[in-house]
Amino acid sequence: MFDMHEAGLQIGSAWLVRESTLRLRPGELTVIVGPNGAGKSTLLKMMSGEMRPTTGFVLLRGNDLRTLDAAYLAGRRAVLPQSSHLSFPFTVLEVVRMGVLPGYGSHADDNDLALAILDVVDLQGFADRRFQTLSGGEQQRAHLARVLCQIHSSPQEAWDKYVFLDEPVSSLDLKHQVQVMEVARECCRQGTGVLAILHDLNLAALFADRLIMMQDGCCVADGPPHAVITPDRVAEVFGIRALVNTSPPAGRPFVLPDADGKADGSAVDRIA
Amino acid sequence: MVNSRVATTPLRRRTAAPGDRQHLAQLSIIVLFCVCIGTAVFSLSVGPVAIDGFAVLRNWLGGEGLDAVSRDAIVLFEIRMPRILLGLLVGGALAASGAMLQGLFRNPLADPGLIGVSAGAALAAVTVIVLGDRYFPWLRETLSIFALPTAAIIGGLLTTWALYRIATRHGQTSTATMLLAGIAIAALAGALSGILVYVSTDQQLRDLTFWSLGSLGGATWQKLIAAVPFVLPVFVLFPLIGRGLNAMLLGDSPATHMGVDVQVLKRLTIVSVACAVGASVAVSGVIGFVGIVVPHLLRLIIGPDNRFLIPACILLGGALLLIADNFARTIVTPAELPIGIVTALIGAPFFLWLLLRQKGLIDV
Repeated sequence: MFDMHEAGLQIGSAWLVRESTLRLRPGELTVIVGPNGAGKSTLLKMMSGEMRPTTGFVLLRGNDLRTLDAAYLAGRRAVLPQSSHLSFPFTVLEVVRMGVLPGYGSHADDNDLALAILDVVDLQGFADRRFQTLSGGEQQRAHLARVLCQIHSSPQEAWDKYVFLDEPVSSLDLKHQVQVMEVARECCRQGTGVLAILHDLNLAALFADRLIMMQDGCCVADGPPHAVITPDRVAEVFGIRALVNTSPPAGRPFVLPDADGKADGSAVDRIA
Repeated sequence: MVNSRVATTPLRRRTAAPGDRQHLAQLSIIVLFCVCIGTAVFSLSVGPVAIDGFAVLRNWLGGEGLDAVSRDAIVLFEIRMPRILLGLLVGGALAASGAMLQGLFRNPLADPGLIGVSAGAALAAVTVIVLGDRYFPWLRETLSIFALPTAAIIGGLLTTWALYRIATRHGQTSTATMLLAGIAIAALAGALSGILVYVSTDQQLRDLTFWSLGSLGGATWQKLIAAVPFVLPVFVLFPLIGRGLNAMLLGDSPATHMGVDVQVLKRLTIVSVACAVGASVAVSGVIGFVGIVVPHLLRLIIGPDNRFLIPACILLGGALLLIADNFARTIVTPAELPIGIVTALIGAPFFLWLLLRQKGLIDV
């Protein structure tokens, strides 16, 4: 159980996240949405232990994150960062295998796990490619494979592990966006908790068990997608007028931005 | 999906996986070990005085006794052997330091010579020689043969730390800043060393060339003993930091997420590099290019996995420096070239070739 209790983060005089209280539960796919600069990444970084909250605290099974060492945390949560840069000529297999935690198994076991997970992210046949020759989307999926390797090589029970994904689909095509979200949902089905940041409200609504909407460092809505995504709230948080409807089979809401309506078109008017 | 697919895979392949270079790396380390030993044995017979080093050794090992005062035995045991061992030690230390610095700075252009770590170490050593004797004579009396390595290590430590602080902001290390700051630090340290060398009248201070271009010429058993305690621990440290340095190549926070204590790893790396480079500089001056050419060459073959790269660097660095030293002491006999000239002569064109070849792969 990850518990964030009235945690806020201040840099200079600006509050990136205001006192927020949030509990991540095992087997739940939680998605954070919100406009740029709403504090989504900061919230995720406080939750994963990368940033220390200025106020409040984050607890993992009742223990303050600050008291837990890196190796302990690595066995219980894995993090996919928004972007990372690698300037050495590793092969894809070597990058993915880096995620395997020490003590998982023999060298051959490590390779098998890495290869199996490359299949999961649809990168079969890429193992011996140089990482730097991959496209942006392929690199992003290879990093996801590394993160999955880490979580999978941990001896902890699935319900005791969490995966944090900071914009995991930002450079992916439509097929792989859905595929990656399916991998996340599969993790949840096994009991692992997932916290993901997404920009696509429809993708979020389609996959999330729980949706959190952020604005100006605050969580303004938290609940099942159909309760969070309403035309009024979309207009208020994102500043656009949008049609919100429900897709028939799954009963999930979908959002269609209104191209003509200028809910906050005053700036455009001024230019014109 | 993850579970079901993973469960079926152990049947798939138990041997070499595509993209896995670990077996190649292990094989390379064995081969390099043999190359290292072979070069060392061969080097016994290389020099201005023609000696069949092999024959002398054979007689000695054969129990036929050794004429302790024979010219051959003295040349072999008092001059060539310490020199060869020092060459192996210094070459290995510089190459491994290069690999570690490249991991620390997350960039393939770091080299102890290039970014001023060696120059900082040399400045500290020269300072102790010139000013130490004049103002703190007790310093060298207490520390005896370890005074110079200790000073050089402190110099190297300060330089590496300063460089790291200058080049890193908010956990991001800027390559351009690192290189430029390194060049500035190297120039400043070189200039200060130059001034000190010219104001010194000390007999013990050989010439400026020794510090700026390096030489294994003054190798004695005493120098070897002075350097070994600082360099050898670094040689056995790499299994502790290999995995961490790999993870660090992805960035500080990904490494932390993967369970690496980044702060400890960085301190360990900086201290290791400072010890290895400082001790090397104290006994052989500044020898350039070993730290950049050897790791690059090896990455082409076995890949950048630091768990294997660092031991391979130790072996290849030692062997290459010995070969360079063989050139240095034979090419202009009876005089001797500073070994830094030889390493620059081989290393600089090689480095340029690497840059051209990897145009797309190295980006600053």
